[in-house]
Amino acid sequence: MDNHRSKHKSIRTEKETSRQHRNELWYRFKKNKGAMLGLFIIVFLVLVALSADFLLDYKTDVIGQNLKERLQSPSLTHLFGTDELGRDLFFRVIYGARFSISIGVISVSIGLITGTFFGAIAGYFGGYIEEVIMRITDIMSAIPSILLAIAIVTALGASTLNLMIAVGVASIPEFVRITRASVLMVRNQEFIEAARALGVKEWKIIISHVLPNALAPIIVQTTLTTGSSIISASGLSFLGLGVPAPAPEWGSLLSAGRKFIRGYAYLTLFPGMAIMFTVLAFNLMGDGLRDVLDPKLKQ
Amino acid sequence: MLRYILRRIFLMIFVVLGVSFVVFFVINLAPGDVLSKIAPEDATLEEVEALRVELGLDRPIMFRYLDYMKGFVKGDLGKSYITGDDVFKTYMAKLPATLKLAFASIFVSILISIPLGIMAAKNRGSWKDNVSMVAALLGLSMPNFWLGLLLILLFSLKLGWFPTGGAIGFKSLILPAITVGTGLAALLTRTVRSSMLEVIRQDYLRTARAKGVKEKIVINKHAFKNALIPTITIAGTQLTRVLGGAVITETIFAWPGVGRLILDAVYSRDVTMITGCIILKSITISIILLIVDLLYAAVDPRIRAQFAKGGK
Repeated sequence: MDNHRSKHKSIRTEKETSRQHRNELWYRFKKNKGAMLGLFIIVFLVLVALSADFLLDYKTDVIGQNLKERLQSPSLTHLFGTDELGRDLFFRVIYGARFSISIGVISVSIGLITGTFFGAIAGYFGGYIEEVIMRITDIMSAIPSILLAIAIVTALGASTLNLMIAVGVASIPEFVRITRASVLMVRNQEFIEAARALGVKEWKIIISHVLPNALAPIIVQTTLTTGSSIISASGLSFLGLGVPAPAPEWGSLLSAGRKFIRGYAYLTLFPGMAIMFTVLAFNLMGDGLRDVLDPKLKQ
Repeated sequence: MLRYILRRIFLMIFVVLGVSFVVFFVINLAPGDVLSKIAPEDATLEEVEALRVELGLDRPIMFRYLDYMKGFVKGDLGKSYITGDDVFKTYMAKLPATLKLAFASIFVSILISIPLGIMAAKNRGSWKDNVSMVAALLGLSMPNFWLGLLLILLFSLKLGWFPTGGAIGFKSLILPAITVGTGLAALLTRTVRSSMLEVIRQDYLRTARAKGVKEKIVINKHAFKNALIPTITIAGTQLTRVLGGAVITETIFAWPGVGRLILDAVYSRDVTMITGCIILKSITISIILLIVDLLYAAVDPRIRAQFAKGGK
């Protein structure tokens, strides 16, 4: 009975400690003004992206042409002006958030899941498995990420899904390296040895004990990579290798606006600002998370 | 040291083999058929098939890869399906322009980041530090293809100071170099700042100050020299990043480098040109990384000593 009570108490204490730790992290994060600004912009952009379908009619407001109102400068009627086909640029930029953010998030998820999986295996098991995984990572890293993404898009064809795959695959090596390095620091600690001694299965040790304790640098990397993935994806769309027209992805908007830069600079100004502020938000949050989660990484 | 160099060269050969394998398979497994680009529009099905056999595209991919590698060892990366040009020669002809842009960008990046990083570190926590760090963060977040367009808009179209594109004369290099260099400067400024901060805390600097050495000399001579090593490392790795990533900048400024060559090949589905150029670019980057590492060892006696001991 006593034994049961003390076990129950220790679980409760563990839960309380973990809650206290979370509260402390949140408090430190809240104190970081830059990080909070980043978080605020991201929440705002996600809300915009989610509500775009309710606020705008894709066929009429976003891709519907209105040649009578083509190339109008920014005004109260058209906040960001109109493009060469008379489409309202403000609506297109708003709707573009859906594309750019979802491409950023999904491509990072591809890199994160695959990279963390192989990085954790390499770091935890070591030996030949680690050698094989890390040499494959070396090979992938030797190909510049934008060229790797271009090669993949060339192979699969230009489409939104293929763009996500290309950008995601190009980010895998970084996640493998970071996860491996992080797991290496955790794997020889006493609580892992204790779990092994208790006969806990290897995969359960990795998922329940190793990864949660190796998570901090991975979270930071995920946030920062989301920003750089948005830039890569819009860069590929800018080159015509990403989201096909008439979808209002920000990189495609910039590419279309480039043809009219001489007389209608606003067509390149607003989509570029949208990309920059979104990436800035992820970078601010990433920097803040790094300071909070892993002060050792702060440089 | 020799053991280290040999080991690195061996690893490089392994990586090059891996890169060639990955790139060849990824691009050649593409669902789209290159024949649709090179066969005449009115070609019959039989003529297309004859062309496929002539180019060896009917053979299993593994055999094609082995043939490709046999040629690769002899420096023969095949001929462009579209223009008929030799891939290796075309790449080598475009490489100097890309290298020129890469070095100019690194120069711009160093020119911005070192004074900014030192100023931020010297005035830690002040408005100067905050402004430098915000500028660095903005530079890191700004897509360089957008910055390139803004620079063209202001300095070429409005002020007429620089050409909008091409590679004629020194002036045409300035805008592309600023475009690429600004992004690099963002990261380098942070590195200079953090390594300066680390050095500034060291005892020997306090001693120098206590001896009455002027602050300017303390910072420029004693602190900066020691903060330079991480800065060189980052600048070296950035050089490889520029070589790989200047594709978009080269396109915006019509810069006749390898990036644009690859992109033109992508648009025309010139499979041999894309494969060859990506492999060659990866080799170029590996060679430059090796040179940077060796230079690094040459600059820092501690690393030289490490090589002498362990050979690693």
